[in-house]
Amino acid sequence: MVTTPTPVPKSRHGVASSDRPDPIGFAVSMLNRLAGTEVLDRLGLRKQTERAVFETTRAGFRTLGKVGRTFGRKGRPGGSAVRVPSSAEKGLFDLTPTEDEQMLVDVVGELAVEVLRPAAEEADEACAAPEEALRASLEVGLPILGVPEELEGISTERSAMAGTLVAEALAKGDMGLAVACLAPGAVATALSLWGDDEQQSTYLPAFTGDDVPAAALALTEPRPLFDALQPQTTATRDGDGFVLRGVKSMVPRAADAELFVVGAMLEGSPALFLVESSAEGVTVESEPSMGVRAAALGRLLLEDVELGSIALLGDDRGEAYRDAVRLARLGWCALAVGTAQAVLDYVIPYVNERQAFGEPISNRQSVAFMVADIGIELQAMRLVTYRAASRAAQGKPFAREVALAHSLCTEKGMQIGNDGVQLLGGHGFVKEHPVERWYRDLRAIGVMEGGVLV
Amino acid sequence: MINLETPQKFRPLVSQAHQVAMNLLRPNSRKYDQLEHEYPRELDMLAAMIDGLSDSNAASGAGASGVRREDGTSDREDAATRNGANLASVLSIMEMCWGDVGLLLSMPRQGLGNSAIASVANEEQHERFDGLWASMAITEPGTGSDSANITTTAVLDGDHYVLNGEKIFVTAGQRSDAVVVWATLDKGLGRAAIKSFVVPKGTPGLTVERLEKKLGIRASDTATIRFEDCRVPKENLLGSPEIDVKQGFAGAMATFDNTRPLVAAMAVGVARASLELTRDLLVEAGVEIDYDRPAQTQSAAAARLLQLEADWEAAYLLTLQAAWMADNRKPNSLEASMAKAKAGRTGSDITLRCVELAGSLGYSEHELLEKWARDSKILDIFEGTQQIQQLIVARRLLGKSSAELK
Repeated sequence: MVTTPTPVPKSRHGVASSDRPDPIGFAVSMLNRLAGTEVLDRLGLRKQTERAVFETTRAGFRTLGKVGRTFGRKGRPGGSAVRVPSSAEKGLFDLTPTEDEQMLVDVVGELAVEVLRPAAEEADEACAAPEEALRASLEVGLPILGVPEELEGISTERSAMAGTLVAEALAKGDMGLAVACLAPGAVATALSLWGDDEQQSTYLPAFTGDDVPAAALALTEPRPLFDALQPQTTATRDGDGFVLRGVKSMVPRAADAELFVVGAMLEGSPALFLVESSAEGVTVESEPSMGVRAAALGRLLLEDVELGSIALLGDDRGEAYRDAVRLARLGWCALAVGTAQAVLDYVIPYVNERQAFGEPISNRQSVAFMVADIGIELQAMRLVTYRAASRAAQGKPFAREVALAHSLCTEKGMQIGNDGVQLLGGHGFVKEHPVERWYRDLRAIGVMEGGVLV
Repeated sequence: MINLETPQKFRPLVSQAHQVAMNLLRPNSRKYDQLEHEYPRELDMLAAMIDGLSDSNAASGAGASGVRREDGTSDREDAATRNGANLASVLSIMEMCWGDVGLLLSMPRQGLGNSAIASVANEEQHERFDGLWASMAITEPGTGSDSANITTTAVLDGDHYVLNGEKIFVTAGQRSDAVVVWATLDKGLGRAAIKSFVVPKGTPGLTVERLEKKLGIRASDTATIRFEDCRVPKENLLGSPEIDVKQGFAGAMATFDNTRPLVAAMAVGVARASLELTRDLLVEAGVEIDYDRPAQTQSAAAARLLQLEADWEAAYLLTLQAAWMADNRKPNSLEASMAKAKAGRTGSDITLRCVELAGSLGYSEHELLEKWARDSKILDIFEGTQQIQQLIVARRLLGKSSAELK
């Protein structure tokens, strides 16, 4: 059976389908094409320095999947895998992180302040994370946070809470860079949670070694009202293996990734598949977006990609898949909390210093109450997210709690981003201040599926 | 270790409170909503039962007096997390208000005045006023949120203070055994001169003048009380009689750090009642939330319910946080006000939306949804309005004085 990938409609620049250009409109459109053509670039009419950035920042730039390492098959298919236990509940209501978690947060927090924040603006522009930031994230062990100790990772129990705290701390520096840093860990954690012996033995050593590959959990698809539980990407059984067809969207570091975990519909149930970037039929297309740009987002085009039996990660009943969707949303909630905290920390000194009508603008209730609401809703987002994370870590049902956190962080997170710009007025609208970036980044919550996972 | 579940040891307490709310408060809910100013006698038995539970310590210190902060002995510096009376109190109040807010506010010996006594009384007073049902009198006809500006005066005359003034909106003002009154020792010295006095009913010069007819919590009596040359023993002044201009309002205000989480808990309780019933009604109508699917792919009603539940969860956890901090002797003014602000507005939003979602079923008196939507409104007003909470949160976050941020 041959089918073509999901056709992706060409962008109409946000013009509704009922709106047709009239003759003058066509002329303007032609002019626009001419102005945008690459000929200008070939003639050297643009600065050379822009060129390097150009390809990643341009929508639709295509490349084959990265030809990376070969992951030599090891272990037994279906063999017993290593799993970490759930963390044990002590029966007390408590908002204090464990000592280990606190240490982790301190280290990552420093990384966020020292490395991510200073690099954020340029990375946003370049649609790429600087080597230095990525290297630093490897040094602190981000990719192996969810990997069992027995498999050379650092986790002795379920790490959803630690992962949440880490994502929050990173996003205080920058959301886009946080996603870039967390992307390989999402795949390593997925392998730890659902991989069998063969999958863990084949793929995890790369993540626990010195040369950690870029990797990504690809669950989003490009269409309105996308429902992660109903992917249009399909997997069909083919002998022992599978054939994948479809398009995934919002894939972090897509062009560099050597391994993807892809969501696809298998016989009526969504399932996770391990796809190596070198597989035939894998194409990557850049997908620069409103925000989270430092994560070098891309589309993953899967054209009749043939996979072996090793590819199916977890069950084929949709259980691992559902958990993956929930744990990814939880990660995005944590990112929203960290970014919203960055907004609050930034606007407080600004409104205290900014003078209007002879006094700081924060002396006015309309300004001060906006700050109060940011503080209130931010703490609410944090607590609701923590509850979901701690339930996940304890092995309790957490679908409801993740849904509530996701709803709250989507709504209130965006409101905080919006207010952050508003409080700075015109100064918030220009790139001299980071609030416009946080505004763009916070819109990602509620749109993104996958990408990160705690 | 981060854990936001109901603590193990309070689960029996919570389920007990839930049974009381279900089997005693709910059956009387509509009755006393309609018979405003009628004394809910059913509560006497309940109060006796609660006293019994407290004596046997089965209540884990929950209740209006549960907000008393035990002084930490400095040699016992254990870092271990505590789940104490503050948390027990908010958890049981949530359950009781899931039953009925008005009736909870009418619970004998569980008045806000009891919380004030628990918060600021010395040991001797604490013992002397034990078992008293105390209401709280702060607001005056000309002074609502601006409680530093009260005009009721207290003048020392021998061994007594002489009180003069009028207080309004005194919850349980008629039924209580005593009133905790805010009065100023010297209007010229501002907020620092405001002290609270315990005035037993029957003291000459104290008259209950009038009961209000209200939008909601009609089971609870709301009284106007006049003080005319009312003499109270000077030992009934709560806290220190000294006017410490530096400490200012802090003494009297400390009560609020303890009572605001309680009021937040009331809002969380009544909002849960609305959500649960509405969820049931919507299931009958064929609408159910799927937590795993994006809200925008579900029906508008399901999406709305999901959003309301998310706001509810936020209010609930902010309230638990404020109480948990009090139990662990962490300063919690900011968090108490955050909880009150979020729970107050969320309580109104949820109960009103639920009426809308349930249609005429929600609006008519056949169901309790319309009543809950009326009851909830006061919770965004008393113990500090939404706007006062925002002022407090803003001042804390911005590091501003009340002179800078008015």
